[in-house]
Amino acid sequence: MVKILNFLSIMIIPIMITIILVYGMIKKINIYEAFVEGAGEGFKTAVRIMPYLIAIFLAIGIFKDSGALNLFTKIISPITNFFGIPREVLPLAIMRPVSGSGALGIVKDLIHTYGPDSFIGRVASTMMGSAETIFYTMAIYFGAVGIKMGRHTLLAALLSHLAAVIASVLICKFMF
Amino acid sequence: MINKIWFFMIIIGMLVAIATNNIQIINDVVIKNTQEAVGFAIGLTGIMAVWLGLMNVAEKSGLIKRIGKIMSPFIRLLFPQIPKNHPAISSMVMNMVANMFGAGNSATALGLKAMEQLQSINPVKTRATNAMCMFLVINMSSIQLIPLSVLKIRADAGSVNPTEIIGTSLVATTVSTVVGIIACKILERKY
Repeated sequence: MVKILNFLSIMIIPIMITIILVYGMIKKINIYEAFVEGAGEGFKTAVRIMPYLIAIFLAIGIFKDSGALNLFTKIISPITNFFGIPREVLPLAIMRPVSGSGALGIVKDLIHTYGPDSFIGRVASTMMGSAETIFYTMAIYFGAVGIKMGRHTLLAALLSHLAAVIASVLICKFMF
Repeated sequence: MINKIWFFMIIIGMLVAIATNNIQIINDVVIKNTQEAVGFAIGLTGIMAVWLGLMNVAEKSGLIKRIGKIMSPFIRLLFPQIPKNHPAISSMVMNMVANMFGAGNSATALGLKAMEQLQSINPVKTRATNAMCMFLVINMSSIQLIPLSVLKIRADAGSVNPTEIIGTSLVATTVSTVVGIIACKILERKY
C-alpha cells in the first residue's frame, strides 16, 4: 500500500502533464503556442502575490523570532492540557498553521529529543502530516484575486486545524 | 480580520522583543524574511508558468470541460453555487489531486488558477464567495496521502517503522477536512 502510494506521488505530475499534452495533440491544437501563451500569465501572478507574501512573512517572522510565539504557547497550555494535548507538542500545534518550515523544524527537534517511536514523536509526525499552513495560503490565494473580505474562511480553517490536533492525539493514543 | 491579526502579530512581537531586550532580532527579520518572501515568489514563477501553460493547453483542447463534466455531480455537493461544467471545477479537482500527492508548488499554481476562475463568477469582487471559502478550507486541511518530509525525518532518526504514521495522519486529516467542511456550511450563513 505504502509502496503504491509512494509510486503514485512520484508519478502524478508526469501523468498529468502527459495526459494534457497527448489530449491536446489528439484534438489537433497547437500545444506549443497554447503553452507559451498560458505560461506568460505565470509572471503576472507571481508579481501580484509578492506584496502579500512579504506582508505575511514579515508578521510571522517578527511574531516567531521575537519570542512572542513561545509566550503565547505558555499562556494557552492550561487550556490545551484540558483537552489532553501533551505539553511537548503544543508549540508544534501552534506553529503548524503559521509556518510550514518552522513546524518542520519543531518536528525534527521533538523527534530528536524524544525519539521517532515515542508517543510524542508519533503524535508530532501525525500532526505534521495532517495539517497545513493557513495564514500564508490565505494571504496568497485571496491576494492573487484581490479579495479583501475573507468572511468565515479563517475561523473555519482554525476549527479544522484544532480538529486535526485533537484527532492526532486521540488516534495515536488509540493506535499505539 | 486579517487586518487585526497582522497588526497584533507585529505589535506583540515588538513588545516582547523590547521586554526581553532582543530588539536586534527585529532588524534581522525585516531584512531576512522579506527577502525570503521575494525569493519564494520568484521560485514559484517557473512552476506557475508551467501549470498555467499546461492549463491553457487543456482549456483549448476541451480537456478542462470534460473533467468538469465528469466531476460536476461530486463538486456540486460541496459547491452548489458553481454553474455546471464551469472551468473552475477542473482546476479545483486538479489542485486537490496535486495536494493529495504532495505536489507542493504545482498544487499552488493550479489553486491560484481555480481562484481566478471562481473570481470570474463572483458578483462582489472584494468579498469571498461561499465556494471560495469552501475551496480554501478544503485546500488548507489538505488530505495528504504521504507526508514525505515527515517520513524522511523519521527514517533519518532511526525509526523502526517510519511509515507507521501514514495511517494515523490519514485519519487525522480526514477528520480535520470533514470538520472544516461542516464549519464552512454552518458559518457561511452567519458571515
